[in-house]
Amino acid sequence: MRARSLFLLVVALGLTATLAACGGSSKSGSKTTTSNSTSAGAAGGTFLAVAKAAPSGSPDPQIDYTLQEWQLLIFTHDGLVAFKRVGGTEGTKIVPDLVTSIPNPTDGGKTYTFTIRKGIKFSNGKELKPSDVKYTFLRLFKIGQSPNAGSWYNVIVGGDACVKTPKTCNLDQGVIADDAKSTVTFHLTRGDPEFLDKLAVPFAFILPTGTPNKEAQIPPPGTGPYKWAQYNTNKQIKLVRNPFFKLWSTDAQPAGNPDVIVEKFGLSDEAQVTEVENGQADWMFDTPPADRLNEMSTKYPSQVFINPLTAVYYFAFNVRVPPFNNLKARQGVNYATDRNALVKIYGGPKLATPTCQILPPGFPGYKAYCPYTKNPGSGKWTAPDLAKARQLIAASGTKGATVKVNTDTTDVNKAFGEYFVSLLNKLGYKAQLQALSADIQYPYCQNSKNKVQFCYSSWYQDYPAASDFLNVLLGCSDFVPNSSASPNISEFCVKPIQAQMNAALKTGILNPTAANTQWAAVDKAVTDQAPWVSMLNPKYLNFVSKRVKGFQFSPQWYFLIDQASVK
Amino acid sequence: MAVFEPEAELATLDIEELGGEVAGRSPWALAGRRLLHNKLAIAAAVVFVLIVAVSFAAPLYARHIAHTDAFTSNLSGTFRLHGKTIQVIQQGTGKLGLGETPVAPTWHAKYFLGADSQGRDVATRVLYGGRASLEIGIGSAVLASVLAVVFGLIAGFFGGWTDALLSRLMDLIWAFPVYLLAISLATVLLTAPNGLRIGFVHLNASSLWIPLGIIGVIYVPYVFRPIRGQVLSLREREFVEAAIAQGASNLRLIFSEVLPNVASTVIVLLPLMIATTILTESALSYLSIGVQPPKASWGTIIEDGQGLLYTRPWVAIAPGIMIVLTVLALNVLGDGLRDALDPRSKLRMKG
Repeated sequence: MRARSLFLLVVALGLTATLAACGGSSKSGSKTTTSNSTSAGAAGGTFLAVAKAAPSGSPDPQIDYTLQEWQLLIFTHDGLVAFKRVGGTEGTKIVPDLVTSIPNPTDGGKTYTFTIRKGIKFSNGKELKPSDVKYTFLRLFKIGQSPNAGSWYNVIVGGDACVKTPKTCNLDQGVIADDAKSTVTFHLTRGDPEFLDKLAVPFAFILPTGTPNKEAQIPPPGTGPYKWAQYNTNKQIKLVRNPFFKLWSTDAQPAGNPDVIVEKFGLSDEAQVTEVENGQADWMFDTPPADRLNEMSTKYPSQVFINPLTAVYYFAFNVRVPPFNNLKARQGVNYATDRNALVKIYGGPKLATPTCQILPPGFPGYKAYCPYTKNPGSGKWTAPDLAKARQLIAASGTKGATVKVNTDTTDVNKAFGEYFVSLLNKLGYKAQLQALSADIQYPYCQNSKNKVQFCYSSWYQDYPAASDFLNVLLGCSDFVPNSSASPNISEFCVKPIQAQMNAALKTGILNPTAANTQWAAVDKAVTDQAPWVSMLNPKYLNFVSKRVKGFQFSPQWYFLIDQASVK
Repeated sequence: MAVFEPEAELATLDIEELGGEVAGRSPWALAGRRLLHNKLAIAAAVVFVLIVAVSFAAPLYARHIAHTDAFTSNLSGTFRLHGKTIQVIQQGTGKLGLGETPVAPTWHAKYFLGADSQGRDVATRVLYGGRASLEIGIGSAVLASVLAVVFGLIAGFFGGWTDALLSRLMDLIWAFPVYLLAISLATVLLTAPNGLRIGFVHLNASSLWIPLGIIGVIYVPYVFRPIRGQVLSLREREFVEAAIAQGASNLRLIFSEVLPNVASTVIVLLPLMIATTILTESALSYLSIGVQPPKASWGTIIEDGQGLLYTRPWVAIAPGIMIVLTVLALNVLGDGLRDALDPRSKLRMKG
């Protein structure tokens, strides 16, 4: 999932459409020290969150692609399977949710048959049936705006045709629902090692049959412990208890603690910090401003929770446009980059870790690797190597070239851009900053027509799979010329590396462990080609009020709001 | 050249204020004497000249006093103060050690006003920023005035369709809110992939000429209106008719009879326009659509300082003070010039 700032993971919906990913990310939780949860509290009360703005894009769960809404949807709706709702690495495990067990795929990974649990009801009182599952997937295509319908779910037989002509979508061969036997069978066109992950995210959360096939202005009824009572983008979101909810799996969908969950909009970052400090709000969604961190660290340390994320911040070289169509030039800039300086811009070593590679630490396929440092070998970045950088750039013959450093206008990202302008000028290039509004910067970079030479971006996992970084961001098929929905902004396509990726994807269907070894090799090969300057892996800072108990941080969904107690 | 003769009241006022003979002196000389007697205006002029001087001395300050480069990031840098090595960007204190804070003002040559979030010397950037703000402010005010005088003379003198066409064009520009128009133009020009190309002129997006041109153009109507009005009135005056009777050409009438009589209006308006354009430039740069980083202007420095208001307020306060002083000085100077060049306004006020 692409994100613009650490907390505001609002992917411009229409922009990343058809691409990959969304979701949470990270590894184990740690409260600056090591724990990822506070002591559990009692049920009841109203949990009040504050945010700058409502989730961007549509409220419809099959369209929305923001962490902000997904953090709420996970306890109002369910998928057939779910990421285990706990903090720490356990939170990346797939567990059965609306189904009784997770089936082993048959037919070479192309067929999945699920048995649906009985007695589960939607918040409108209707009982869940297998036919609701088929209806949900038909709707996913029929609404025509679901960003990943064409890239994630088109693997279902009939999916490609549905993407082309949503109105006449027919999944009779792809999703077979049997209400009498309580089973649903999915037939895929090819084995997909990430199919279960894709069933566990909100696009695939089950909706009742009859939900209109048009964009909803408030999420339709779901099966979780809460239901949506209000969705006013100018004021607030309100969730109340679902009277029809009965616990069926603590792992997948535990009962929540607060009776009511409210997220209020329209507060600046500064105001959010102040409200949480004063106990007027329980949690701030947005990034605390850098200027207030010291104050939080000094006066409210027990209310701060810091957790690493499986995300990467990077600047992408355009490998097809001079001067960075030259490998030595790209490697030279990588050697010269002072990643500690970039970590400082982000907020310091407590909030980010320098990196040289694509995959974030703790991610499937991750093996520490950093060639672009002084004294390489340990896999960790230690210091820039300016001498080597200058030598490579001189050998590349690109010195003196004009470079536009493209970034967005948010404080931190603009500061990254300014750093690189300064660095590139120091290395002999003629660099200028091109800071665009955060709304247009990412699609602008994606479109090859704009010939962007060096572009800031960041990526947060959608689900824990190496391909979600390597294939989505650097795979040949994810470079779409002249399109603003082309996540491979480096325009990187090296056939032998793509063949390695394809092989890893194939292995992953039946042997994920072996596949991860292959992905580690892909990560190394890509890093050597230097399509990016990988800068840092961020950490997530949550700031909660004094009365919040039971803080848990899931690597997939981040702060598990419903598991916190305010009583 | 024919110029209005001072009226009797004015002569009396001049005698009272200047305390000497006024007969035989040119209006410009009288205006100069009036200005010199206005202590507040002279003080304002001195302040403005000082600000210009120190701003344009920025490279000397950077090289010989602060020993720094105002445009290069220095996030991992250190410097020596009182025998100690100090990090330019310092890790937060507190139990969790969160946040990174630039060094506070040292009140010494190095980092006199502290550092910004890129580790750059704020004092040096304020001086460089002043240079950019003044260049753009003065340049755009001059550009607006020159264009307005040309258009105003043509429209007012020829009248008819020429006047209607130029006046409607100015109305069109005036109809847009200033900042909205400036933001629209700046957004288009700054995002143009290859900068701005007009014929053989090529400006890259970071060129100071872009904000200068944008601000200059949007303020043309504000000077055009009074100039045109004055030209319309002058065209009917006896001395113009006399020149026509003597067979003077249009060009001669415009340059010899009309232009000298609108010059004082332009001179009075110019400092006020500079003040306005400096404020506009600062606002646009603050919104990231004026001067482009790593170049600095007072607006960009305030933007840089906005995120440091709690811990390092001087980053925003210093350029703010410079803007206030400059604009105040220019406004007071403008008032002084108006009093000197158009003493009737003072008479009217007395009356």
